[in-house]
Amino acid sequence: MAEARPLEVRELLINMGPQHPSTHGVFRMVVWVDGERIVRVEPHIGYLHRGSEKLCEGETYLQIPTLFDRLDYLANFNNEMAFCMAVEKLMGLDVPERAQYVRIILCELNRIASHLMFYAAFGLDAGAMTPSMYAFRERERIQQVFEAVSGARMMHDYFRVGGLRQPPPDDFKERVQRILPALEQGINECDTLLSRNEIFLARTRGIGVISAQEAIAWGMTGPCLRACGVPYDIRVVEPYSLYDRFDFDIPVGTQGDCWDRYMVRVEEMRQSLRIIRQALQQMPDDGPIMAPGARRLPRPPKGEVYIRTENPRGEFGVYLVSDGSEKPYRVKIRAPSFANLQALPVLMRDCYVADCVVILGSLDIVLGDVDR
Amino acid sequence: MSDAPKPQPGNPAHPPAGGHGATAPERLDARGQALKALLPEVLPLLQASLSIALDEVVLTVSPEQLVEVCRTLRDDPRTRFDFLRCLSVVDYGDTLQVVYHLWSMEKRHKMVVKVNLPADNPEVPSVTGVWKGADWFEREGHDLYGVVFTGHPNLAPLLLWEGFPGYPGRKSYPFHDYKEW
Repeated sequence: MAEARPLEVRELLINMGPQHPSTHGVFRMVVWVDGERIVRVEPHIGYLHRGSEKLCEGETYLQIPTLFDRLDYLANFNNEMAFCMAVEKLMGLDVPERAQYVRIILCELNRIASHLMFYAAFGLDAGAMTPSMYAFRERERIQQVFEAVSGARMMHDYFRVGGLRQPPPDDFKERVQRILPALEQGINECDTLLSRNEIFLARTRGIGVISAQEAIAWGMTGPCLRACGVPYDIRVVEPYSLYDRFDFDIPVGTQGDCWDRYMVRVEEMRQSLRIIRQALQQMPDDGPIMAPGARRLPRPPKGEVYIRTENPRGEFGVYLVSDGSEKPYRVKIRAPSFANLQALPVLMRDCYVADCVVILGSLDIVLGDVDR
Repeated sequence: MSDAPKPQPGNPAHPPAGGHGATAPERLDARGQALKALLPEVLPLLQASLSIALDEVVLTVSPEQLVEVCRTLRDDPRTRFDFLRCLSVVDYGDTLQVVYHLWSMEKRHKMVVKVNLPADNPEVPSVTGVWKGADWFEREGHDLYGVVFTGHPNLAPLLLWEGFPGYPGRKSYPFHDYKEW
């Protein structure tokens, strides 16, 4: 009989994606595993690259917000806001208060809708089916407001350089006011349903840890950075629009693990509700919605500007170079998902292959945002 | 898409190379003013290349100085630029400009560092050693603009597929080569 050979141990290469249900779009990662342990991760992106930056150079300033809608398709209003603000800053336009408040209310509602989407997907990633039903019920309320305001559920194209496309419906305030109590209750329900579930805690606590210093070095922003305990929120550190008029807190985590990234988002939904309530109170009932001096076809002066806003996924930056014509010379989009996703190999070092999906889900990437 | 990109005659609406002086009025805030006064002290040899673009302090450096300047800006206790907001490449015809937007988490001030490179040989040292987050931004710049970031750990294609012909970000890359039907 042959002598027993020692068991051969070698690394195994697993290809996840691009058609993998838990990669949140077309994202591929190649994972080297040694048994159940991950040795190395290599993310591959670009499957959804549409050349948005280059396309912007061929469109007029009026047309570009439609392209921005399609970047982070779960936070359309926030994207439009960033681009419109960039052009307004370059032109020195003062957007009227009413338009500013409508923008802020819509952006914060969009933040809640986006975080609810995260909540649903993250529950599924961790193996919980039910939370997604609750999240989508709440998200539907917000979608209906969006539909009433802009006529579309996703690609709104509602913000214009200098203000809004059209006034919000007459019952805008009542509509928003009406959904707020339901939303608040819904968020609380979602929180009690999942946050302290024993299995959920076991799947997310202490998984995918990153230190604050490392997160900053890797360019992480938004809830992912705040989960490490850094109170970095553009709405506070560099206030834009009217965000300096509201009283709200920045939720931060302590460990920088998956659960913290989840919990920061749940808390943020509550803070967004606070902002919306204050905005509804302060918002004037009527008034102009376009800035004086705004033109249908904006033509900003020669120059360059870098604007950043706090999107649901983090810092969304627009670097706009204008040559004084009706089309931008160069638009660079700093996408939050793009920068957050870079740190994936750091988050996944030495973890188990079963945690891959949870760690990726906790980053809350949108591939339209990553690939642009 | 199999053909190599054909150079396109320059668009008359766009300025010639180097025509990137900001003409929108300057609006530096208090932190920006303080930083503008501080920078000549931190980097004594580079006073001449300071300028203002709208509300940002802009420092233009040569590729040789870049990494040294970035490291100083990050480590000096008076500046502490520990966060790279954005890294962009802009095509100005004969010149490719790499733009680094910086932010300090501690001091809450911001600035811009720019490097001008010749378009026929765009080579600049990588800043991944200073800010790890520059990694994918530089790969994207290499992908779309053909800027070679020397010293980058892995300058493989990121957004485009391997062997993609040409640099689609550049102004010379064919743009409207389709017809509506």
